[in-house]
Amino acid sequence: MKITIGAVTRGGTSRAYKTGNWRDRRPVIDTGKCKCCDICREVCPDSSVYVQAGVYTINYDFCKGCGLCAHECPAGCIRMIPEEK
Amino acid sequence: MQAESVVEGSEAVALAVKGCRPHVISAFPISPQTHIVEALARMVANGELDAAYVPVESEFSAASVLAGASAAGSRSYTASSSQGLLLMTEVLYASAGLRLPCVLTGVNRSISAPITIQVDHQDTVSLRDSGVIQFYVESSQEAYDVHLAAFKIAEDPGILLPVMVCMDGWILTHSYERVKLVSQEEIDGFLPKFRPENFLDIENPKTWGSYAEEDVLMEMRYSVQQAMQYGKRRIPEIFSELSRITGRDHGGLIEAYRTEGAAVVLVAMGSVAGTIKDAVDRLRDAGKKVGLVKIRCYRPFPHEDIRNAVQDARIVAVLDANFSMGSEGAVGLDLKAKLCGQPGAPPVLDFIAGLGGREVNADVVSRIVALAEQAVSSGSYPTESHWMDLNPAILP
Amino acid sequence: MDVQLAENQQELFAPGHRACPGCGMAVAARHILAATGSRVIVVTPTGCLETFTSPYGYSPWRVPWIHHLFENGPAVASGVAAALAAQGRNDIRVIVIAGDGSTFDIGFGALSGMLERGDDVLYICVENGAYMNTGNQRSGATMTYAATTTAPAGRCSMGKPQKKKDMPAIVSAHGTAYVATASVAYLKDLRRKVKKAMGFHGPRYIQIDTPCPSGWGFASDCTLAVGRLGVNCGLIPLFEMENGAVTRVRKIKKPVPVEAYLKAQGRFKHLFTQDRGALQVAQLQQIADGNIRRYGLADVEPKETA
Repeated sequence: MKITIGAVTRGGTSRAYKTGNWRDRRPVIDTGKCKCCDICREVCPDSSVYVQAGVYTINYDFCKGCGLCAHECPAGCIRMIPEEK
Repeated sequence: MQAESVVEGSEAVALAVKGCRPHVISAFPISPQTHIVEALARMVANGELDAAYVPVESEFSAASVLAGASAAGSRSYTASSSQGLLLMTEVLYASAGLRLPCVLTGVNRSISAPITIQVDHQDTVSLRDSGVIQFYVESSQEAYDVHLAAFKIAEDPGILLPVMVCMDGWILTHSYERVKLVSQEEIDGFLPKFRPENFLDIENPKTWGSYAEEDVLMEMRYSVQQAMQYGKRRIPEIFSELSRITGRDHGGLIEAYRTEGAAVVLVAMGSVAGTIKDAVDRLRDAGKKVGLVKIRCYRPFPHEDIRNAVQDARIVAVLDANFSMGSEGAVGLDLKAKLCGQPGAPPVLDFIAGLGGREVNADVVSRIVALAEQAVSSGSYPTESHWMDLNPAILP
Repeated sequence: MDVQLAENQQELFAPGHRACPGCGMAVAARHILAATGSRVIVVTPTGCLETFTSPYGYSPWRVPWIHHLFENGPAVASGVAAALAAQGRNDIRVIVIAGDGSTFDIGFGALSGMLERGDDVLYICVENGAYMNTGNQRSGATMTYAATTTAPAGRCSMGKPQKKKDMPAIVSAHGTAYVATASVAYLKDLRRKVKKAMGFHGPRYIQIDTPCPSGWGFASDCTLAVGRLGVNCGLIPLFEMENGAVTRVRKIKKPVPVEAYLKAQGRFKHLFTQDRGALQVAQLQQIADGNIRRYGLADVEPKETA
């Protein structure tokens, strides 16, 4: 693909790079215990927690497995499990 | 019908810049360019020039303000000299790589150490690797005219590089000349508003200044060289277009002065060209076949045009008002690289003249011609530069 | 009204960037842009944030963004602001998001110039206390006695001997209308301060503590916890200043001793593995207590240390 003049890149193109394959562990949300406080979504450095039909969900394409969501969850409903390769 | 005014060279430049309607001017003083930015400040303060005037705290910031303004889609300008240009160097390299057009005046002054405010070309020549287009002018009139062209050249969609107009400090900036001025209507007709395709646009957000790996970096560099090579064709076109408006033709990338049938051709740039033209006339009157190639555009380096002009000469003598320590004068190096080994091309001698403002007058030029003739007759062509009028008695 | 994070698809800072897992700066970037909205141009000098967000062809920035050099973020921003003013675009604002290397050190002069000129730029320093992008070298922002590669702990050294440069005070001394400190540990407060800053014109400065798992030596899930310890021990005071006077602070409801903050990080471990670290810990406690007194952060007066 031709380089752009001034090496300019379109915004939002980072989504093509799936940082999910960095993980060695992954978060799992127990949605039954989830209080929908939104803290996990707020603290994720990689915007990898989202709400789908009212349910808090992990975007495993980008989640790097840092564990911040699990650590910060006040309901303790997120646990980190080893990533299966 | 053009107005004519007797103005200081600095004022002529300020008038040209004003005519080009920059949005943003950044200013940090350094002798001998300061009169230019002071003149622009007066114009802004009196409401004659509608521009954002940013008095920065260093030349690094002066050039950086231009980068930001250009990226945001505005025409921008600054001026500097000597140490200030060196301080701008990192910024100008980056702006060239990012293809951010802007115009600056490089008012020539030598570089520390030792500190001096005298003139030579070491400062602007030091930027020759950066991707900044460089013009050198002989007179205030030429300075005025080339500044008008500079913005159009910088902003050309096939170029998009910083353009530096180099003019000798004091000699041109602080002397008074009769300068013909172009009307605002004619400038507006020649130079349209700056409308870049790439700019920081909230409707279409882009990321500018990415990190590049080895799979793309060489091509990114090469694209700047491509822009320079395209400039070799486009710059003379823009100069011609302006000439049709002004009625003044200073030449293209070079001016060949009395080179027809010349056995010795001198090569030089800047205000010394005026002195050399007088010397050439005198030598021609005395029967010597001498000519001058005045380099107007130094980067991109117009070796094809120079070669055409010197093709039939016996010898070429370059006057360099600069020196690359450990090697030789920069213009000499550039020219030797292109002529050496080319079939039928004349040999090139390099003369260092005028460093730190040491006088280059018609007598110096005659002696350079004599040294060149001596090389031809002896068949011995020195490879080291010859430093004119060096005083060995005071060397340590 | 509190600014909320947008739905993920509308977020102005996209995923896929190359930040370390648990990076405080990445959290900060999301919330800064949530508070500024999309009508901004962002200037970022060289540093972690620039490097992890701009490999060619992959950018998370859904706002116009430019990286020029390391030491000229403020000057480039001044140029952008001047151009927008000349174009009559008062609907677009300019922000710098820069690290501490650029802000405290190599770009310090350019920042001072921008502040002195009164340019309309919101300058946000996301600081992780070192030149992290190049591998954790000390900066003017490095906390006293932290170990970095250029001020390491060793037989003859207890880490960086100098104090942390008081940038908020230096910025405020320029007559800056709004200066604030914030932390990724308190995101609602961070968003509030950014939004408030957007309501001013002229230069504004916000300094955000963004703990760094890789450089400070803690697990990637502890970024906010470490941030909270920093704030609640007093080493990272949270306050706002307007026109030179402190107008609002975040009081420490549950103070912690600095030792809790220091023990949570590998960069201070040398203070606890040798007998002679106690003096340094006490000095850091004094710095923290000094902040608490100076900014009025305590609900209760701190105990005088020996």
